[in-house]
Amino acid sequence: MEQGPLLKVENLSKAFGGVQAVLNVSFALKKGDILGIIGPNGSGKTTLANLTTGFVKPDRGTVRFKARDITGAPPHKIANLGLTRTFQVMRPYHSLSAYKNLIVPLNSPRVRQTRGGKLGDTDAVAIDILEEIGFERDARVPYKIAGSLPLGYLKRLELGRCFALNPEVIICDEIFSGLSMSEITSMIPLLERIQMDGVTLVMIEHRLRELFRLADRVIVMNFGQKIAEGIPLEVMEDPEVKKAYLGRERA
Amino acid sequence: MVDETRRKKRLDRSIKVRTEGLYALSSWTEMLYLILPRALLIVGLLTLPLLLDMYWQRVLCAAGIYALLALGFDLLAEYVGLVCLGGAFFIGSGGYISGLLNAHLGWSALFCIPIATLGGAIFSTLVLIPALRLRGIYFAIISFMFPMFARYIIIALSIFGGTEGISALGTLPNVWTEIYLILVVVIIALFAIRRLVNEDIGLILRGIKDNDQAVKASGINITSYKIKAVFIASLLGSFGGAYLSHLYGWLGISLFAMDFSILPIAASVMGGMGTLAGPVLGAFALTPLSEALRGFGQLRVVIYCFILIGFIVYKPEGLLNYFQRKYHQFELWETV
Repeated sequence: MEQGPLLKVENLSKAFGGVQAVLNVSFALKKGDILGIIGPNGSGKTTLANLTTGFVKPDRGTVRFKARDITGAPPHKIANLGLTRTFQVMRPYHSLSAYKNLIVPLNSPRVRQTRGGKLGDTDAVAIDILEEIGFERDARVPYKIAGSLPLGYLKRLELGRCFALNPEVIICDEIFSGLSMSEITSMIPLLERIQMDGVTLVMIEHRLRELFRLADRVIVMNFGQKIAEGIPLEVMEDPEVKKAYLGRERA
Repeated sequence: MVDETRRKKRLDRSIKVRTEGLYALSSWTEMLYLILPRALLIVGLLTLPLLLDMYWQRVLCAAGIYALLALGFDLLAEYVGLVCLGGAFFIGSGGYISGLLNAHLGWSALFCIPIATLGGAIFSTLVLIPALRLRGIYFAIISFMFPMFARYIIIALSIFGGTEGISALGTLPNVWTEIYLILVVVIIALFAIRRLVNEDIGLILRGIKDNDQAVKASGINITSYKIKAVFIASLLGSFGGAYLSHLYGWLGISLFAMDFSILPIAASVMGGMGTLAGPVLGAFALTPLSEALRGFGQLRVVIYCFILIGFIVYKPEGLLNYFQRKYHQFELWETV
């Protein structure tokens, strides 16, 4: 069990009408990995995340998580197995205060099971998690309405929502986008700490420089297909990748 | 038109700030400040029947039924994101189950009502389950269809008394039981649901309204939570229906009338969407109003519409939000 891949995706394909969003993509994820997924806009990265986490059903291919076939399973079942994701567009539960946002995952069957039903005061647990992921600088922020928080906090809240689930894999869909350089710099140690806690990360990103500081391995996608996979800096030397990013002439 | 040189400034009253959290216990004034609006509602509702004559007591009973429907509508619309126009279906299922049990098995009204409340709620929830995957206007349309559907089935098959209905059902023991049963249920339901929306289950429901995708990614089965919410709302409606059939001692297809689906929306708009207490107040204001306007015959609907449009245009926040603001804040004009 320990040696086998935690998450194994094989020949995943999905077409929306005439658009082949994802075509025959395969990858495997070992426990403790940080895998980056990069590619130009519209190359199928988010669709890949949607297919893996059950939000969109694949046309072909299989997704196996912990040796269990989860292809086409509903998202909440997949999340309860320990595979969850953040969303590219930040939409918190805007009418609730920040810490109340975490009450939702804390009520999932998975958390109830892993904590043995003895959660105690969920509010206190929620506040603890928020402090862990970077809400500690201002004691009032967790009590603010989530809809009024700035983007940096929303990204952390989104990560906190996943983290509260006590997951094994988090797929982060462009968690750096829209953040300033200093915000990203403070986010990187946080992601490293989450990884140290035993969470395997998949990061879909456009910010390559920051991603390469974290990722052990990257997959490059273009037009729905995987065009390269490997160690970050080596992959960027790949002629196919250069072509995808810079165009034929410059490559 | 609008005087641009000055604007309204709103500030929280100091007592409002003092009553937040544990500080509320600091003195009687603070506690009174918190208790007063709640006590006013409860005492007001409970003493109202004593001041009214027979006719208006009946109107009050009907208002109570609409209040329950409005409460259910507000819960589903503002806390779960399901705009449910199936109020008449809840009323009809509760009313028919209770009436039929009473007519065919001879069980007393006080015994039939709880059974029908539960039975009607289970039945309407089961019927609505397939529609739960729809959102917004799509759910509204489907839920609006069910009461008509039930109506035509009853007419076409001539079951349950067909178009005639069934009369001479058992009634409640006396007029005071009738009135206080519905008023007490309204008050309990209001405070129970206000508490519910701040419990964990309520937070999950509000999460579903704000972003159902994130709730799914948090490992929560949103359909099962939506079912629970619809069940709670239909409990209220089915109780109203069961009570109604014994109030008039009669059941018929008018239990599936459109009024039961539409008036709660008007009551919610008037009272203030999402405040829970607002829709209840709205129902207690609108039902007597529509009774008072009965003398105008068909013109009543026109006047009624003008009142509604007036609210939507001039006070879209609704009555309760307006009163709440006046209670908690003071306003002053400042020059810009």
